[in-house]
Amino acid sequence: MFGYRYFQHAFEAGTIVAIIAGIVGYFVVLRRSSFAAHALSHIGFAGAAGAALLEINPVFGLLLFTSIGGFGIAILGQRASHRDVEIGAVLAFMLGLGVLFIGLYPGYATEVYSILFGDIVGVSPSDVLLTLIVGLIILTAIAVVYRPLLFASLDEDVAEAKGLPTLLLGIIFMLLVAVATSIAVQVVGVLLIFSLMVTPAATAQRLTKRPQRAVAISIVIALMATWLGLFIAYYEPYPTSFFITSIVFILYLLVRFAKRAPSA
Amino acid sequence: MNATQAEAIAVATYSRLVTAENVVAGYRDKIVWQDANFTIDRGEFVAVIGPNGAGKTTLFRLLLGLQQPISGTIRIFNTRPKRGNPQIGYVPQRHAIDSETNIECLELVRLAISGKQWGFSSISRNDRKIALDTLQAVGAEELAHRSLGALSGGELQRIFLAEALVSNPQILLLDEPLSNLDIRRAKELVQLVNNIIRTRNVTAFLVAHDINPLLPFLDNVIYIANGKVATGKPKEVLTSERLTALYEVQVEVLRDSKGNVAIIGTGTEDHHRNEQYGL
Repeated sequence: MFGYRYFQHAFEAGTIVAIIAGIVGYFVVLRRSSFAAHALSHIGFAGAAGAALLEINPVFGLLLFTSIGGFGIAILGQRASHRDVEIGAVLAFMLGLGVLFIGLYPGYATEVYSILFGDIVGVSPSDVLLTLIVGLIILTAIAVVYRPLLFASLDEDVAEAKGLPTLLLGIIFMLLVAVATSIAVQVVGVLLIFSLMVTPAATAQRLTKRPQRAVAISIVIALMATWLGLFIAYYEPYPTSFFITSIVFILYLLVRFAKRAPSA
Repeated sequence: MNATQAEAIAVATYSRLVTAENVVAGYRDKIVWQDANFTIDRGEFVAVIGPNGAGKTTLFRLLLGLQQPISGTIRIFNTRPKRGNPQIGYVPQRHAIDSETNIECLELVRLAISGKQWGFSSISRNDRKIALDTLQAVGAEELAHRSLGALSGGELQRIFLAEALVSNPQILLLDEPLSNLDIRRAKELVQLVNNIIRTRNVTAFLVAHDINPLLPFLDNVIYIANGKVATGKPKEVLTSERLTALYEVQVEVLRDSKGNVAIIGTGTEDHHRNEQYGL
């Protein structure tokens, strides 16, 4: 299978995305921001559909809209977890906007399909390069803010009292989620973003009490699911994103019911 | 004045850790409380009491430099309060930790030491030792590797206390640490706080609703209610006269044989005020 160019590209992009989603996802779960992350991908959909309408690479539309959306959610403040009604309203509107853009250009239903559900086997060499660059930027940013972000995520009021710029960290975090979402859409699409950005990290957090280990496990799960999904899809004629999502979900169920409470 | 006298004055001044003069606190167009005047010395155990919404947390925010007074001066260590002062250990009311949080306690305490530093580094041996020692000081060393989400209310409060103590602060601010605890655990925690204050010569401000668990150990009371602030020794502040003047309605302060206090608002208007208006 590695003999085929398309498979190589899919494998490369998938690997980068899985690593990034595994790391960023850890903080998404820790900060209880999974709904915000979910919303961001839908907000991005409008941007992607709009970009395609203007005949620009959809990923740029994704990046723009998710960044603005992420910034907006972060500015709402740390209590964004209680703002799900407002975020939900924006989410639905954005989805509607995306539907409008599709309606304006009936000729690219397949492109819309791949934005919604991912099209990892359609990834081009320039897409891989873009994913790699974006991935490296995200990795560098995480390496810099890891400790303060972890502290602010666990105990925000104490962190603020100690002089940490918690609002700024919140904004940086949401922008990282926005960018990670944009590249992850290539693999699993807007609607299935949870399966890479949330579920692996949620599974990892049940398995260990050490944040660094949880991040590592989260990456491993996302990688395994992506690779396995690609391999199976090579032989079976079904969408790759379905296999990735199912593997991640089964693993989550197994861990969820094997370990009932946080490990003592 | 000779050198010894000058030094004595310097030490005496420096022992006045927190002073407030005519402080008015609030937000842009809303005053939360005013007329705050007090001096708190090193090593004192101070209760901050008052009804919900009176502005007790506002006092903490002023001390932490997270907010500025509308007018008046507040001084800590003889300077204006600044954000991020390691000399102040803060135990806030809210924590994002719930039963879903599966992170070991040691991690939280370690982050309190190094969480301000940017970057990603592997575990520092020294930080780990300080964290474990601090957990031991609050009697929580066996909780180090347990998950935060699995702890009881009382156990969590010990962890939060350790979190505040790692920077060896001279002032501790505890915002409603006793709220979710039963009477026995509340007394244990108060005892623990008192031990820490006395052994480390630290000043502690503790916000509570019920003053009784604190009474045996208190040096001073800051009572915030009805937009006003009364401060002094418990015996001076917890009197019917003082609290009636504060609340501007008739308040009775009853004491039982053991010294426990019950504060009862009778709901009727203060007679002195009524006389003033010819009622």
